[in-house]
Amino acid sequence: MTHTLTHNHVEATPDLSYKPFQRRNISSRALSFLAALFAVIAVLPLILVLGYVLVQGGSKISLALLTQLPPPPGLEDGGIANAIVGTLVVTAIAALIAVPVGVGGGVFLAEYSQSGWFAQFIRFGTNVLAGVPSIIAGVFIYGTIVTSRILFGNAYSAVAGGMSLAVLMLPTVIKTTDEGLKLVPDDLRRGALGVGASRFVTVVRITLPAALTPIATGVVLGIARAAGETAPLIFTALFSPFWSDLLTPEGIFAPIATLSVMIYNFAIMPYEFHNELAWAASFVLVVMILALNLFSRWLARFAAK
Amino acid sequence: MSAPDSRYLLRSRPLAEKLVDISFRNLSIAMASVVAIVLLAILIVVFQGSLESMARYGWKFLITSDWNPVDDQYGAGAAIYGTLITSLLALMVAVPLGIGTAIFITENIIPKRIRDVIGLMVELLAAIPSVVLGLWAIFVMEPFIRPGLELLYQLFNWFPLFSTPPMGPGTIPAVLILVVMILPIITAISRDCLNQVPPQLRQAAYGVGTTRWGAIVNVILPAAISGIIGGVMLALGRAMGETMAVTMIIGNSNNFSVSLLAPGNTIAAMLANQFGEADGSQVSSLMYAAFVLIVLTLCVNIFAQWIVKRLSLKY
Repeated sequence: MTHTLTHNHVEATPDLSYKPFQRRNISSRALSFLAALFAVIAVLPLILVLGYVLVQGGSKISLALLTQLPPPPGLEDGGIANAIVGTLVVTAIAALIAVPVGVGGGVFLAEYSQSGWFAQFIRFGTNVLAGVPSIIAGVFIYGTIVTSRILFGNAYSAVAGGMSLAVLMLPTVIKTTDEGLKLVPDDLRRGALGVGASRFVTVVRITLPAALTPIATGVVLGIARAAGETAPLIFTALFSPFWSDLLTPEGIFAPIATLSVMIYNFAIMPYEFHNELAWAASFVLVVMILALNLFSRWLARFAAK
Repeated sequence: MSAPDSRYLLRSRPLAEKLVDISFRNLSIAMASVVAIVLLAILIVVFQGSLESMARYGWKFLITSDWNPVDDQYGAGAAIYGTLITSLLALMVAVPLGIGTAIFITENIIPKRIRDVIGLMVELLAAIPSVVLGLWAIFVMEPFIRPGLELLYQLFNWFPLFSTPPMGPGTIPAVLILVVMILPIITAISRDCLNQVPPQLRQAAYGVGTTRWGAIVNVILPAAISGIIGGVMLALGRAMGETMAVTMIIGNSNNFSVSLLAPGNTIAAMLANQFGEADGSQVSSLMYAAFVLIVLTLCVNIFAQWIVKRLSLKY
């Protein structure tokens, strides 16, 4: 056997050079070309949408636009200021609810019960909750908070909107905390426990700070996602053409304007000026979200160093 | 100070420290339970809200498409059909595009720097809010593709799917915008799965002399298929629940039409449109529709998780 092999080898050295016109090489190149085409098609919408938003919306940005209230339908003078403030307020409320709860849940998953049935169930539930459509979060808050008027007799409110966004942020924060804490080497925990720190001190002073950047990256991404959400807000925070009085409780327990709902409302209005305001609001929203995304990317790279 | 040896004795934990430890643990358990509570509460609230409508219309709600708040007649057939048809069509377009892009940016076809840029761009596409895509679809995309749809109608109006003249908003524009929305998910998950295929498999494939696409089709894709299918299922769930962009471009017509050029509706779009000013039994019917949507997306998501566990190959 060995003999014949070597014999053949000597007799006919196979031609190993690359033959570009062999059928399989042609088809391989054709498929590479097809994949490149698909990648171009996949990137095209981003370029088109970003281009339109930056040009159409960016050209309308002015100081007046950023500081004035939207005009009543039909009139042509005003801005989107209250919606910018509203988006910040509603997103902040959502983060205030979702971040502590999410980090706490993530700490439980990573530090206290890696593989118990309860942790398995919570992990599964987190994945399921992450797949719940955003509008369902709105329906849920509508059914519990808005119709029951549980918040001091108010129906639609900024707080209700923030709560529905918190439902959407929660799974992201839990997952990133869980994954972030799992990356912390066990030696650190053993070291801390070994010098006599309690579990509480170990988690709060050692493991959480060590995992801070991955957690922060996830939180920033969650906030960016929440800031762009519209569906859960259209019947929880509703909309308001006025300033909200944020220094009094009446402000955050009343309907509030947000950029995303403003885009939706003004896009389907038959007034050209309102359509332009929708483009301007898109510009502000997209710049905000892309900035948050790039910031989280920078955070992640900063952590990797 | 007492005897030097006492420093090495086990420290007895003061009561306060034990208390802090135990309460911190319990607090974290409570926070984790919030997920389960919210999930259950969503199901209970929506189910309870839809009881009235369920009792009145039963399963006929699912197949009739008569949505008339004035006469209190409700049937979500058109919306359910719209949800299924738009998400399945979007999947059919987005899956080849997404997997092709993922292959392009994981396999060594072009320099790494360009691949990274494409990957970043696809991820940023996922960050663009749905409502902004809807705005773009209304004012830019739909006018741009209308001549094409017009032509489609002229040529194929004998075919039921293209049997009505395009009037602006409709099912096909909604499908296109859904493709844009789910493409990043499919691409990102496929890319991660392809990256996780062990290098030995590639080396072995190239070692026996295959071409690049021989290796991709016969070795790398089969190794990554479980994760990719999971990602595709997640994208399907996302497509079924996607609301704003679809609401703004689909036309929101409750009249059932099999034609893809006609205005249609999805459950999510119906909820977005009507919840703000609904009252009485309309709320209950909307809750019923929302319940159907939850059940659909839950099934798809749980199936996705199951299939990832089931199909994952052990490398």
